[in-house]
Amino acid sequence: MIPENILSILIFLPLAGAGIVLLLPNRETATIKGWALLTTLLTLAANIWAWTHFEGKTDFEFQKTYLWIEAFNIYYRIGVDGVSFLLISLTNFIMPIAVLCSWREIQTRVKEYMFVMLVLHTGMVGTFAALDGFLFYVFWEVMLIPMYFLIGVWGSGRKIMAAFKFILYTMAGSLLMLVGILYIYFKAGQSFNLLQWLQTPFSFAEQFWLFLAFALAFAIKVPIFPLHTWLPDAHTEAPTAGSVILAGILLKMGTYGFYRFAMPLFPDAVFYFTPHILTLAVIGIVYGSLVAMVQKDIKRLVAYSSVAHLGFVMLGLFVLNSRGVEGAVLQMLNHGLSTGALFLLVGMIYERRHSRLIADYGGIAKIVPMYSFFFLFVTLSSVGLPGLNNFVGEFLVLLGAFEFDWFWAAVAVVGVVLSVCYMLWMVERVFFGPVKQEENRGLKDLGWREAAILVPMCALMLLIGVYPKPLLDKMHASTDAFLKLATRQAEQTMAYDER
Amino acid sequence: MITLNHYLILAALLFCIGIFGVIVRRNILIILMSIELMLSAVNLVFIAFSRYLGGLDGHVWVFMVLTVAAAEAAVGLGIIVAVFRNKETVYVDEVKELKG
Amino acid sequence: MLDLIYKYVSPQTLAWLIVAFPLAGALLNGIHSLLAGRFHFKPSKVFTSILGVGLPFFSFAVTLIIFATLIGFPQGQEPTMITGPLFEWAATQGLSITFGLKLDQLSLVMALIVTGVGSLIHLYSTGYMAHDEGYARYFSHLNLFLTFMLLLVLGDSLVLLFVGWEGVGLCSYLLIGFWFEDPYKAYCGKKAFIVNRIGDTGFLLGMFLIYTALAGADLPAEQHQNQFFNFEVIRHFSAYLLPAATPICLLLFLGAVGKSAQIPLYVWLPDAMAGPTPVSALIHAATMVTAGVYMVARLSFLYVMSPFAMEVVAWTGAITALFAATIGLLQTDIKKVLAYSTISQLGYMFLALGVGAFSAGIFHLMTHAFFKALLFLGAGSVIHALGGEQDITKMGGLKERMPITCWTFVIASAAIAGIFPFAGFFSKDAILWHTFHGGHISLWLIAFLGAGLTAFYMFRLVGMVFFGEPVMKAAQWMKVHESPPSMASVLMILAVLSAVGGWIGIPYALGGGDHLQEWLAPVFAKTVGVIEIGSHATEIVMAVLSLLWALHFVILAWVIYAQRKEWPARMAGRLRLLYRLVFNKYWIDEIYNFLIVRPLIWTSEKFLWGIMDVRLIDQFGVHGTGRMMLVWNRLVTLMQTGVVQQYLFFFVVGVILIIWGMLFK
Repeated sequence: MIPENILSILIFLPLAGAGIVLLLPNRETATIKGWALLTTLLTLAANIWAWTHFEGKTDFEFQKTYLWIEAFNIYYRIGVDGVSFLLISLTNFIMPIAVLCSWREIQTRVKEYMFVMLVLHTGMVGTFAALDGFLFYVFWEVMLIPMYFLIGVWGSGRKIMAAFKFILYTMAGSLLMLVGILYIYFKAGQSFNLLQWLQTPFSFAEQFWLFLAFALAFAIKVPIFPLHTWLPDAHTEAPTAGSVILAGILLKMGTYGFYRFAMPLFPDAVFYFTPHILTLAVIGIVYGSLVAMVQKDIKRLVAYSSVAHLGFVMLGLFVLNSRGVEGAVLQMLNHGLSTGALFLLVGMIYERRHSRLIADYGGIAKIVPMYSFFFLFVTLSSVGLPGLNNFVGEFLVLLGAFEFDWFWAAVAVVGVVLSVCYMLWMVERVFFGPVKQEENRGLKDLGWREAAILVPMCALMLLIGVYPKPLLDKMHASTDAFLKLATRQAEQTMAYDER
Repeated sequence: MITLNHYLILAALLFCIGIFGVIVRRNILIILMSIELMLSAVNLVFIAFSRYLGGLDGHVWVFMVLTVAAAEAAVGLGIIVAVFRNKETVYVDEVKELKG
Repeated sequence: MLDLIYKYVSPQTLAWLIVAFPLAGALLNGIHSLLAGRFHFKPSKVFTSILGVGLPFFSFAVTLIIFATLIGFPQGQEPTMITGPLFEWAATQGLSITFGLKLDQLSLVMALIVTGVGSLIHLYSTGYMAHDEGYARYFSHLNLFLTFMLLLVLGDSLVLLFVGWEGVGLCSYLLIGFWFEDPYKAYCGKKAFIVNRIGDTGFLLGMFLIYTALAGADLPAEQHQNQFFNFEVIRHFSAYLLPAATPICLLLFLGAVGKSAQIPLYVWLPDAMAGPTPVSALIHAATMVTAGVYMVARLSFLYVMSPFAMEVVAWTGAITALFAATIGLLQTDIKKVLAYSTISQLGYMFLALGVGAFSAGIFHLMTHAFFKALLFLGAGSVIHALGGEQDITKMGGLKERMPITCWTFVIASAAIAGIFPFAGFFSKDAILWHTFHGGHISLWLIAFLGAGLTAFYMFRLVGMVFFGEPVMKAAQWMKVHESPPSMASVLMILAVLSAVGGWIGIPYALGGGDHLQEWLAPVFAKTVGVIEIGSHATEIVMAVLSLLWALHFVILAWVIYAQRKEWPARMAGRLRLLYRLVFNKYWIDEIYNFLIVRPLIWTSEKFLWGIMDVRLIDQFGVHGTGRMMLVWNRLVTLMQTGVVQQYLFFFVVGVILIIWGMLFK
């Protein structure tokens, strides 16, 4: 019972938790928080169990199919391959941390907050697990609404504007995707089954437009330059947990969408669009880094750095070789960890000092040594220091890109330099030098709860940096299968050329 | 000899007069009466065809329309009274609640 | 003795222990320091010292054991040890990266230098940093540095080398900015990291090019097992790299230029002097900055395939050697003089590599590690005694108060100046001789000129600091004291090494055995032109010539700066423009700032962010779309008059049109 339904358990355990949270009385905030934490921890435990049973085979594992809406041939069809399983694991790892970091930050409407978080959790895991076009779309939307509320209700500053921007941007894209899904549905003989879709031949014109429809939805989510402007606003105004989830998981929905739908389904279009997407990816890397460099708000800086990091992921996906793709997938996880941790750290200092402006700090390394250590550690991970997680991903992506064409790697490598510039410059202004503001003298160093959040994250960063092989092993078979699908066209063309 | 066409032309004339009344007149009572006129025109067509085709369906529909017209007149007059109480006018161009 | 050791541990384990000891020290000291900072207790000095100094010495001892083992190998057997992969780091289709150590002649020499000099400097630091509140943090960083440096020199693949390469960069960043309350020092640390990163991009691309060239060549899989970054594999298949040799070598050399502070990326090293002086000695003189030299030497088999790349290396080295020496002439900060001299000496090493005299380069690297570490530690001793004073115009006559420091410093200066029989004489002479002998006359001239300048600025320093009349006030003068034994003993050990360290490389021409060259030769690829020893007579003449050349500058500097202090001022007055140009270091920093840094920040802030992002994409694109909606909204609401009769009119018109269409279509 449990083994075969483990994936459904992972998806719906948080939702069940959310249901119970709803039943609890409003005033019992401690119980509500505790219950939410327990739910996420249970999910994590289930995920660890699944980890030991996940084999990393070519086809989807933990597959399960139930008929859902017969009239339209809609199924509840779930299953994971190496990549989606890793992303689900990341989600389940991040969620308890997100709940923990909201412990003191969220004081109003705690019950609603935790409810929304848990629904979001279900939405995210479901999106990664869905193998049915319709189900995917449902989960995709289920995930957007809670995020909208997270930003709009518990955010700060111009939160309504940010929330609207977020939802309108994403909705605009996802509606086009819906049109695409429906088109394929009829084309594939009234089926939402992804596996069947993959068997369906599309003409080039169809691929062209369908790829555009899907790519736009995903590109907004990634975000690819120039569709990124919702990101700094949403990140900056969201509560800490919101930023963490946004950076850690929601952005990966875009790249995951490319990996799962846009690229394997439309190989001709991929072949056609590769140069364009690569161009946008490297522009994103360089542009994101440069703009990040001159930000005055720490959170905004980290947000722009996400644009750059996701540029690496896109670069890796579209160079279409094993190094690039595995690097890209690893980079998705790494970005989730590192940038997530950066947002956590910014959130912690914001909780104490209620400012995110770089200029309000300076010299605090002396006052909060433990905090500074963790911040520096995460910073170094983010800039891709060898021995920490990001290096592995960036290395593989750049290697893949170089193999594809040295030009892309040569441009992208500039991002490696710039990342040091913006991160270390920020660190220098925030942590080093003399203490400029008297208020900062009273800052408290990390407490046990905060240490409990950061230590596992940093440990994982180190672990991935030193020994990434277990993660790569889980994804080999899946990325190989993906490459076979996504390069169908390239092979045909080459065969044609040879003739 | 009065043929079906005569009836239809008469009905069309009545209908056009009704529409004209609805569009042009400002007094809400007269608009309501013009609507009744349009309904009567439709009834005339029904009866004429019923006779021409020799069936009873048309008659049945006329009764139906008469009933609806009565109900409509009742509701319409009720609304007019309500509007008059609120706005103290029966001229429709002075009631612009729907302006965007 | 060795048998006894190997009864309990395998050689492989021992090799890993070299790296593991400092790592353990770094971790323990790091945690210790962190907890102390968090819970506000004073970190235990004894604990820190025992771990922080003891573990590097253990590491040194282990290196010695392995060295003893390897030289004990029977004749004809390559004295090389490979640990084999400890674990596979990453693997994808067509790529496998494993972590393993390789101890051959070259890496062992490097490891001995790193652990030996490193341990001594750790010991010295216990005295130098004794009163610093960041004592534990300091040692954790320093130990971490040793770990990464050892990974760099012992790693068996380019990737592991790169891990160490960036790791030492990190430690350098942390240690330069060790006193981070001073914004200038924090700035210097960041600058070092960034400039190094610029070079590292070249290194990365070079690595990728090697991979692409090898992976695309369809080689027998059982011979490489996809480990295309492994030195053995690269060397074995180096013939396949021939077409790409020039770009590979140049790209990798860019990395070396960054790490080893050559033109044009040398600007970080003078600023790196902001760190504690023992750090400058260890990282920015003896070990880390020589990583570039090590890398080029390690990949000598690649470089000899590209004569053009060799030319570039040689010329970069030679020009840097001379250029930095001229700047060193006029610096007034004791550490800055030494910093420029380091850049200059590194230039000599690259010159040696560039003309194909790889072992001469490594030889100079070794002697340089001894005497430059000694110079920095001596400078540290002076700074320590004067309570942080670094300006040499405010010193003078310190010989009286700190004799040990003075005389060890003089020995080191003689070594760097190339005075017989001190270490530097032999190594520098080897470089000059090989340059000359290889037919690179113009390079030799530059190097020869640089050697004279080296002698001059070093003895200018000696004269101004230790000799002549004291400048400072009597009260202050009385406070000046010789350093504690922990520091002085290290100075003396290094002085011995600086004096006799060159004797293992005395060439045959001077009656020596050239042991180092013999030992290293199997590692290096051979280039045409430097293989045969050549005429001994010429070599002796050249050696005497360079000795006289150096000596004459030593005496000149001595006379000017210790006896006739008014001369320099007069000279400066005469050559005003030239003086200002050199004194301001040719304004290179300012030029970089003006040409690169400021435009970059300006473009990013004003154009990319201000105009592109905020105005164009966000305001115009995104909010513009929103505003377009509003415009449409206005248009449509015009129809929404609220007069029901108008609606009805539209309705009727619509119906008529539809009927019209149905009737007449």
